[in-house]
Amino acid sequence: MDIDWDLALTSLWPLVQGGLTGTIPLSLASFAFGLMLALLVALMRLSANRLVSGIGRAYVSVIRGTPLLVQLFVIFYGLPSIGLTIDPWPSAIIAFSLNVGGYAAEIIRAAILSVPRGQWEAGHTIGMSRTLALRRIILPQAARVSVPPLSNTFISLVKDSSLASLILVTELFRQAQEIAAFSQQFMLLYIEAAAVYWVFCLVLSAGQSRLEKRLDRYVAH
Amino acid sequence: MSPTDVLKVEGLRKSFGDNEVLRSIDLSVASGGVVALVGPSGSGKTTVLRSLNGLEIPDAGRVTFEGGPAVDFGSNVPKRQLMALRDRSAMVFQHYNLFPHMTVLENVIEGPVQVQRRPRAEAVRDAEDLLRRVGLAEKKDQYPHELSGGQQQRVGIVRALALKPTLLLFDEPTSALDPELVGEVLSVIKELADEGWTMVLVTHELAFAREVATEVVFMDGGVVVEHGPPEKVLRNPSEERTRRFVHRLLHPF
Repeated sequence: MDIDWDLALTSLWPLVQGGLTGTIPLSLASFAFGLMLALLVALMRLSANRLVSGIGRAYVSVIRGTPLLVQLFVIFYGLPSIGLTIDPWPSAIIAFSLNVGGYAAEIIRAAILSVPRGQWEAGHTIGMSRTLALRRIILPQAARVSVPPLSNTFISLVKDSSLASLILVTELFRQAQEIAAFSQQFMLLYIEAAAVYWVFCLVLSAGQSRLEKRLDRYVAH
Repeated sequence: MSPTDVLKVEGLRKSFGDNEVLRSIDLSVASGGVVALVGPSGSGKTTVLRSLNGLEIPDAGRVTFEGGPAVDFGSNVPKRQLMALRDRSAMVFQHYNLFPHMTVLENVIEGPVQVQRRPRAEAVRDAEDLLRRVGLAEKKDQYPHELSGGQQQRVGIVRALALKPTLLLFDEPTSALDPELVGEVLSVIKELADEGWTMVLVTHELAFAREVATEVVFMDGGVVVEHGPPEKVLRNPSEERTRRFVHRLLHPF
């Protein structure tokens, strides 16, 4: 197979641009909303109230038990048939946020449970309510524990965001598909897209290490 | 409640499943008094101490602080009442339980600033004074894991003092320490006693209890077997169980 280096070079920027204006903002927005949702669901699951924790558990079960692609299609192609039409971008953000919410909830719940009970007690003895102890004492320590698994979730999200190409969001992979269809160079464009995703993920992993180092400053070595 | 008592405990009961750990405990603490709770492990002394701070919820009984609150324990103690208990007392833990993600100074000012809403500058000034008094002024910007056990426990004591509680509670404050570090912590506690702080401490250090306590309470099997001045309870106990316990601690083999 002859490699069309010219095409490889001229298509690189559109792919990177698709990443910078599509993949990355889509992932960041979904991750931010997803984390807020995940914290809420984690706290629901830890609640002493059976109904509240049951709702949390059901949510996690549905999200983890159904394919992300199907969730995406239900929101974008399914909802219009009951009169609710949502644009591609918000559809993608909703679907990915709900998905991150389900997976990250379990990570955050486990991280909260990993903080020793004595830390809650120390918070209480200096007069803190549960909410204040959670915010000031427990969550900062849980954050350290959950950075590696949450980073994995984020990196998965960056790759899964390519599914948004199927609901017409202009992101990295959709750019590759369009150039490939036009030039008929499928192998070249898809490999190139894979390479750009890989570079993005390498950068994210480096960011993860730096964040872990920063959070490690209070941990014994 | 006698006029000089700051705390009165009546009829404290607590079971964990079938195990009845407290069977009606009565106790009172005079202002400036140092009450040492001693007894074999499993006697319920730590449970009593934790109840005073609302960290354990007894099944029944009443804890009354002079000037309030008076908390009746039972199935449903309002959170507000537990918070009120914690306003009056502060606990020093066996395993220190310092906040590992905060510096020494941040550990100490956390309660004053976040809970008591005191101005940060004032809380910092007070914290630095207290740290200086326990010989840890130069450690204020370090994290707990950088300190020895004895230093960590002294920070734990300062964290409790910074709240200006009516009552200081110590839960076996030297049990987790290497033997050579016990002295530095005990001498801080002794100084506080000499300054007139009111405290209740659970301890196995009988020699220390004899020197510092104004009252020794010997517990066994969830009841107070006997109580009184240390020279009485520890030197010349009237109960056989107390005598055996004291003898065992003084002559371990």
